[in-house]
Amino acid sequence: MKKFFAMLLALAMVLSLAACGGSGGSSDGSGSSQPSGGGSSGGDKVVRIGVFEPATGDSGAGGKQEMLGMQYGNKETPTVEIGGETYTVELVYADNASDASKAPTAASQLVSQDVSLVLGTYGSSSAIAGGPIFGEAGLAAIGVTCTNPGVTAGNDYYFRICFLDPFQGTVLANFAQEKFSAKKAYLLGELGNDYDQGLLNYFEQAFDGTCVKDSFPTNTSDFSTYLNKAVAEGADVIFCPVSIAYSTQIVKLAASMNLEIPILGSDTLDSNMVLEAAKGSNVQIYVSTFYQEGGAPDFDNGIKAWLAEDSTAMTNNGGNDTIAAVTAMGYDAYYVALEALKAAGSTDKGAVKAALPSLTYTGVSGDIAFDEVGDAIRDTAYIKTADNAAGAWTLETVQTAK
Amino acid sequence: MKNTSKKGAWIGLLCIAALLAAVVVLENVLDPNKNIMVFTALKKGAVYALVAVSMNLLNGFTGLFSLGQAGFMLLGAYTYAILTIPTSQRDAVYYIYNGSAINFSLPELFGGGAVGLVLGVLLALILGGCVAAVVAWLIGLPVLRLKSDYLAIATLGFGEIIRAVFQWDKLGPVTNGANALKNFPTFTSFNIQNANGETVLRLSTFVAFLLAGVCIAVIVLLINSTYGRAFKAIRDDEVAAEAMGINLSRHKRLAFVISSFFAGFGGGMFAMFANQAQAKTFTTAMTYEILLIVVIGGIGSVSGSCIAAFLYVAASEWWLRFLDAETFIGGVKVPLLRNGFRMVVFSVVIMIVVLFFRRGIMGDKELPDLLKKRRKEGAVK
Amino acid sequence: MQYAISILLSGVSLGGQYALIAIGYTMVYGILRLINFAHGDVFMVAGLMMVYLTASLPLAVSIPLVLILTVLLGFVIERAAYKPLREAPRMSVMISAIGVSYLLQNLATYITGGLPQMYPEIPGISATVSIAGVSTKWVTIVTPVLVLVLVAALTQLINHTKVGMAMRAVAKDFETAQLMGIKINAVISVTFIIGSFLAAVGSVLYFTNYQSIVPLSGSLPGLRAFVAAVFGGIGSIPGAVVGAFIIGLSESIIKGSNWSIFSDAFTFALLIIILVVKPTGLFGEKVTDKV
Repeated sequence: MKKFFAMLLALAMVLSLAACGGSGGSSDGSGSSQPSGGGSSGGDKVVRIGVFEPATGDSGAGGKQEMLGMQYGNKETPTVEIGGETYTVELVYADNASDASKAPTAASQLVSQDVSLVLGTYGSSSAIAGGPIFGEAGLAAIGVTCTNPGVTAGNDYYFRICFLDPFQGTVLANFAQEKFSAKKAYLLGELGNDYDQGLLNYFEQAFDGTCVKDSFPTNTSDFSTYLNKAVAEGADVIFCPVSIAYSTQIVKLAASMNLEIPILGSDTLDSNMVLEAAKGSNVQIYVSTFYQEGGAPDFDNGIKAWLAEDSTAMTNNGGNDTIAAVTAMGYDAYYVALEALKAAGSTDKGAVKAALPSLTYTGVSGDIAFDEVGDAIRDTAYIKTADNAAGAWTLETVQTAK
Repeated sequence: MKNTSKKGAWIGLLCIAALLAAVVVLENVLDPNKNIMVFTALKKGAVYALVAVSMNLLNGFTGLFSLGQAGFMLLGAYTYAILTIPTSQRDAVYYIYNGSAINFSLPELFGGGAVGLVLGVLLALILGGCVAAVVAWLIGLPVLRLKSDYLAIATLGFGEIIRAVFQWDKLGPVTNGANALKNFPTFTSFNIQNANGETVLRLSTFVAFLLAGVCIAVIVLLINSTYGRAFKAIRDDEVAAEAMGINLSRHKRLAFVISSFFAGFGGGMFAMFANQAQAKTFTTAMTYEILLIVVIGGIGSVSGSCIAAFLYVAASEWWLRFLDAETFIGGVKVPLLRNGFRMVVFSVVIMIVVLFFRRGIMGDKELPDLLKKRRKEGAVK
Repeated sequence: MQYAISILLSGVSLGGQYALIAIGYTMVYGILRLINFAHGDVFMVAGLMMVYLTASLPLAVSIPLVLILTVLLGFVIERAAYKPLREAPRMSVMISAIGVSYLLQNLATYITGGLPQMYPEIPGISATVSIAGVSTKWVTIVTPVLVLVLVAALTQLINHTKVGMAMRAVAKDFETAQLMGIKINAVISVTFIIGSFLAAVGSVLYFTNYQSIVPLSGSLPGLRAFVAAVFGGIGSIPGAVVGAFIIGLSESIIKGSNWSIFSDAFTFALLIIILVVKPTGLFGEKVTDKV
């Protein structure tokens, strides 16, 4: 009996603690990235933009790089003029842990915090799981780099500023044939990952030759058999649109075994962690991506300076200042959000949603406009190759879909 | 004695009815956007409560240590999703495979509309449970002969095998391969809208509670029946139970199949909650999560599992979320707080519960037992 | 031909690495009847420690330091999370193990921020070597040899020392051993120390081969090694080693075939078949239940 009361007491304590914590958390706005912003800008009016990104889980690394773009954008332009008044923009974060089962609660968290619109997420399956929650709440979401067609299809409230998997797969297949006159491709993706498998599929459809397709189970770290298989099959190219954690493994391994077959990757491979892994080796890496460093010098220099002074941001970028395309996309997404707020003339989420379809904006990654489904109208992809001596990306070609 | 238990049952029933009514009222009175966390957590809690109780039936009441829960949930979720995606949406969902191999949708077969929705969803959920049960029966033939840990690892293995099969792209026209199944009716489909598309009556949380409640009630009835007593006898001592004339293999199989049925049912509900069904969600990590709920609630306590499910979901995904954000109090940055810290704190809390409250919140008692005991003590005084 | 050799090589080296982890599982299970789910994560933490230590210390210092710290971690985990539950039902201990595994993974996520960490190159075993036209790292060749040496040493320890005798006695009958004056807790600690030491060695070999570490890096090798331990007959050290090599090779062969997506499923299917045919694994002893 005593124990029961002890339990109850403990429970009550935990509950009350959690309750104050919960309310404290939401009233504090879950931490804006610049605490001093509120005071100096004069205006007390605050507009909140939700950031629906993974910070943990297997897309954590990519999600963080994408957030960097938004944070930098927010640092650069912390206020926005809405309907003649100056509002301070506050970013509200919710970590969806790259997990479709955690995404609905993360999405709900943003809805409950009264945001005007949402940016994100990296990883399409979380976007698909969170989308209906935003839709139900009448909250518009701008997908930054979720490339799966299923994100916007059938959801009026989801928009996106990046190109789609069918486009990217086709572009890479064309590139493989033009550049390497490839007859045989070895395709490798993570089993059960819609992003990987979708791209493999589109590549296969567009590729005019034989494809050998393989999938590895989640958390695999031994890729030697797969790469050896590619060699044994006599493949002309390897296409592996896998997430950052796997791609670093694959590239490292390819480097150590002196693989001569070029590796093609999608936008996920466009990361300095991949560059780091390939540095000093003979691996040939080609990735299709949204942005090429040097495309907008002001942005490049600005964000590099910011990374240099903010050590946390630097760590989140993988320890150096090479700018990932997802960061540029995050930056553009932030400005699209500001444009939408301006166009709406109010912080009301309904007005923002109504303003989005007709919005156009020229960002560092190119022109952004939405079609009737809510997808970006984009027909160019940058193809970059890794310069292993310098540890940097160089632009190979700009590819358009045919 | 008989009378009091009957009275207890009535009181229990009344309490549940009151709870359901409270849920409906709350959901319609409170601002749906400001309080969306409450209802999302409640919905997920209801789903997890059912799945945890079904696991408890096996692990807590029959003493069979199975770790295949996520696999059975996957079966239920996929069956539910495949049977209920509207035919008009199928091409969009199965866009990689140029349409689905199955071209009907249960809610539409029942004539669409509200009636079709209710019947279709219900039937799909039950069929999801049945698929899980049939697979469990097949799996049970070889593996139920194994003892404790071996059974655990074999069922865990089956969960992984099921997942790999569903991710196989050759089955794509049915399972949609690696892609998520979506656009099927979810809990929010049960919100009643008027002609202008405005929601007049919100029933989404109520539906989740009702479905979970009915299933849990069935499990409770089962536990209190002769079968339930046989299960407990097997748990306490297999040899003695067999000596008492209990057919061991038959009862074990029965418990396994029933537990899997409700896991499958719960899996379907999970798909309704998550708005999508994708095989990669149903990992061993999910099984562990459910197992933790069962243990925190108390092995062998239905009400414990329910309470723990709600606490677990709310704590891990709602109350502790502030720990993830860098917070400034009076201009000073609070140390340690950054992304990932929430889960660290949460796992420490779990360790504390496991180590210091070994029997979980409820032990093997039920909520009514505790109340009764208190009343009795009061009377003595 | 080259392809076949490369598959074989990768299978053997995988098998060796799994073996080192599997021994930890099997020894703990033999004595405590506990599936130590945290073992795979200890392995991952050993890898991470190496990454952080080599950032500031030379390799010659950091390798021994990693071994010592991992051993310490294993010891602390046992004392903090398993010892208090010695009288509790077995399921509670297992849950505690799951809890520790959860904690270690979340801590790793918190500290690394979920970003993949690059394992340092270790001179000597990181170098590439060419065998019959297949290029691989030295570690691939070193691994099986090292495993055999360690296993031989371990068997000596278990069969011919006082501690080893105590361990065997405890594994045979926990309570009687206690009555005979064997210090149970010391024996259990030794078991965990040996297990963690081998996991640390395993992590050096494994991550030298596959260089990037994420918080979940331990879970798959951990699970595979556990399967290997069950496969070989849990509680038996030679069983664990044989099981590990079989699992490693079969995994490698399946990956090399056209059925690569079922490589995980196949491992488990193999396990289930073995369990059904021979419920205590290949080398497991038949246990009769006492009434």
